[in-house]
Amino acid sequence: MSGNATGTGPLLEVEGLHVHFPVHGGILRHVVGWVKAVDGVSFAVRPGETLGLVGESGSGKTTVGRAIINLLRPTVPGVRLSGAIRFASEGGVVDVNGLDRAAMHPVRAEISMVFQDPYSSLNPRMTVEQIVGGPLRIHARLTKAEIRERVLALLDRVGLQPQYASRYPHEFSGGQRQRIGIARALATRPKLVVADEPVSALDVSVRSQVINLMQELQEEFGLTYLFVAHDLSVVHHISDRIAVMYLGSLCEIGTAAQVYGDPVHPYAKALLSAVPQPDPHRRRSDRIRLQGDIPTPLRKPSGCGFRTRCPLAKPSCAEKVPELRDVGGGRLVACPEV
Amino acid sequence: MSEPLLRVVDLQTWFQVSGMTAKAVSGVSLEVRAGEVLGIVGESGSGKSVTALSFIRLIPDPPGRIVAGEVWFKGRDLLKLPWDEVRKVRGREIGMIFQEPMTSLNPVFTIGMQVMEPLLFHYDLSRDEAWERAVQALDGVGIPDARARMGDYPHQFSGGMRQRVMIAMAMICDPAILIADEPTTALDVTIQAQVMELMLDLHRRRDGAAVVLITHDLAVIAETCSRVLVMYGGKVQEEAEVVELFERPLHPYTKGLMDSIPHVQDKGKRLATIRGNVPSIFDLPEGCKFCTRCPVVEPRCWTEEPPLREVAPGHRVRCHLVPGTPA
Ligand SMILES: Nc1ncnc2c1ncn2[C@@H]1O[C@H](COP(=O)(O)OP(=O)(O)OP(=O)(O)O)[C@@H](O)[C@H]1O
Ligand SMILES: Nc1ncnc2c1ncn2[C@@H]1O[C@H](COP(=O)(O)OP(=O)(O)O)[C@@H](O)[C@H]1O
Ligand code: SF4
Ligand code: SF4
Ligand SMILES: [Mg+2]
Ligand SMILES: [Mg+2]
Repeated sequence: MSGNATGTGPLLEVEGLHVHFPVHGGILRHVVGWVKAVDGVSFAVRPGETLGLVGESGSGKTTVGRAIINLLRPTVPGVRLSGAIRFASEGGVVDVNGLDRAAMHPVRAEISMVFQDPYSSLNPRMTVEQIVGGPLRIHARLTKAEIRERVLALLDRVGLQPQYASRYPHEFSGGQRQRIGIARALATRPKLVVADEPVSALDVSVRSQVINLMQELQEEFGLTYLFVAHDLSVVHHISDRIAVMYLGSLCEIGTAAQVYGDPVHPYAKALLSAVPQPDPHRRRSDRIRLQGDIPTPLRKPSGCGFRTRCPLAKPSCAEKVPELRDVGGGRLVACPEV
Repeated sequence: MSEPLLRVVDLQTWFQVSGMTAKAVSGVSLEVRAGEVLGIVGESGSGKSVTALSFIRLIPDPPGRIVAGEVWFKGRDLLKLPWDEVRKVRGREIGMIFQEPMTSLNPVFTIGMQVMEPLLFHYDLSRDEAWERAVQALDGVGIPDARARMGDYPHQFSGGMRQRVMIAMAMICDPAILIADEPTTALDVTIQAQVMELMLDLHRRRDGAAVVLITHDLAVIAETCSRVLVMYGGKVQEEAEVVELFERPLHPYTKGLMDSIPHVQDKGKRLATIRGNVPSIFDLPEGCKFCTRCPVVEPRCWTEEPPLREVAPGHRVRCHLVPGTPA
């Protein structure tokens, strides 16, 4: 890809990322514990590819995304960040993990985010034009007329009529609001788009419109996606590779066919076997029944985070955090037992 | 065929919202039969919950009102019963699991109190007897250490456990019909599978009881239901046995829904879509409710609403282009 400072290298490389949120308690609001929302996560995303990130709620998907767009320091006082998030920007490779505002500014325009909830993620007091044009006023030296022109072109591109520019978010349906969110994310012509559950809140009949739109935009603008979702059939459809998270750690990462078609990590296997199939002839009898509930990241089990529910767990699983290792075909799995 | 457990005739439930009338349910007729798992599928706002809430008169009035219809259950029209009679049916003979677990368990009462409550209300049991039955019920839905957890409050339970408590409460009086409104939507995939299996297990063990499962997920329907109603715009648009519906969907809306499911073999290709957006409840078209989005719409569709017609035994469709005999 042109403009990629590292040539054929990854556009994004996350290495040993930890995000721990402080938990305050007592009258003095001292820190009494840490939520290990992301606890040692490493992966790379190549230019132009879509990496799907799946996992149950609370597994840390959104936090990974927020770390990448560098939204954590400014919004969560006392958050502990470590590890590297190397992004190949126009100006060279930058580690964006925990960068302050000024240092982040040059790369801010190249990474953007689409949020899960099309209802709360748009400012209700701003018009569509102000929302979509907002990032442009911050990042690009454009005149008012140029901004307006670009906003209208973006609206057109995501399938919204120009007269909508002066309307407010409450006048739109969920699918239309998500189109507005996508237009806003594309305004600064980013390279990497972190899409956090962009279709989860949408009705089935509009979900496929938005998925198609995202794929068209990717081809047209050479976008790279980190696509977070919990609907696995959607993730499989849109992703080149899939990464599975559990309690702040990655369990398995491989091509969509590897992970969706033939998962090997015990959690990935259970997760995939739980996905209902839209075919009444194929009712599953082979579903892996997991015992118990997901532990909270406040009291993460020692060793492998999945051991409290894992059908293969052995005493040794409590001792050491399993590392990702290559099990062939480029697939990485964090479990010594498979 | 034997007499259905529940028969709903031309139900109409409307809401008054800032001077406008929202016809959330406008003429729904359906049957719930012994032993079946009846699915109701449709997108947000199509009237699924309002339909089910109307059966047991749980519509907030105002702003809502059941304007017309009949709901026959054990020889009585529930819509005409006095209040105290309805309350005897609700929870005792028709159980209900609601969409959001946190809003349906009362945060200020212990789990034990809440699970016992239907027993104390409907039966002449001592507190000790009710307590024991509640412990058994919690144990039956897989709450570990049930006896010790009777005194816990809802916030001490995870989402999946709260939903299991809801199931225990809804089934504790052995209802003939269990209405489950999106019982697993708020849960994670692996927990969702656990909860769904639990519900169906309990159902299978109860001879002749029926489940009405409300969901927007066709895959959940395919896996669990025997018969399906597809709702759109406050109306039933299609009704069929589950295999028939998936093999031979006939309504353009049902077809559109089926086609927009991603299939493994079509990875990366564009998905089929239904054009446009879900219309607002205040702007529903006069004729066929789907006419603003239908790919095969005809001029008459805008003005004339088609009736629900039978196209094969048990398969009914509401579309001008699908001929059949009036149902
Ligand atoms: N208390 C209420 N006041 C006003 N309008 C209401 C009320 N309850 C429901 N409605 C309206 O009635 C219509 C049908 O609602 P209903 O809850 O049955 O939809 P649903 O099919 O269950 O959707 P979902 O999938 O989102 O649960 C909607 O347009 C909704 O806004
Ligand atoms: N600002 C915060 N303060 C404390 N805990 C947080 C904060 N944000 C997220 N968490 C916790 O971090 C964990 C991971 O959350 P999240 O990344 O949102 O998961 P996911 O997106 O996979 O559902 C959860 O336990 C969540 O409650
Ligand atoms: S390391 Fe042990 S507990 Fe973890 S997934 Fe592997 S077998 Fe299961
Ligand atoms: S009646 Fe007309 S608009 Fe409605 S589904 Fe049939 S063809 Fe489409
Ligand atoms: Mg999230
Ligand atoms: Mg509902």
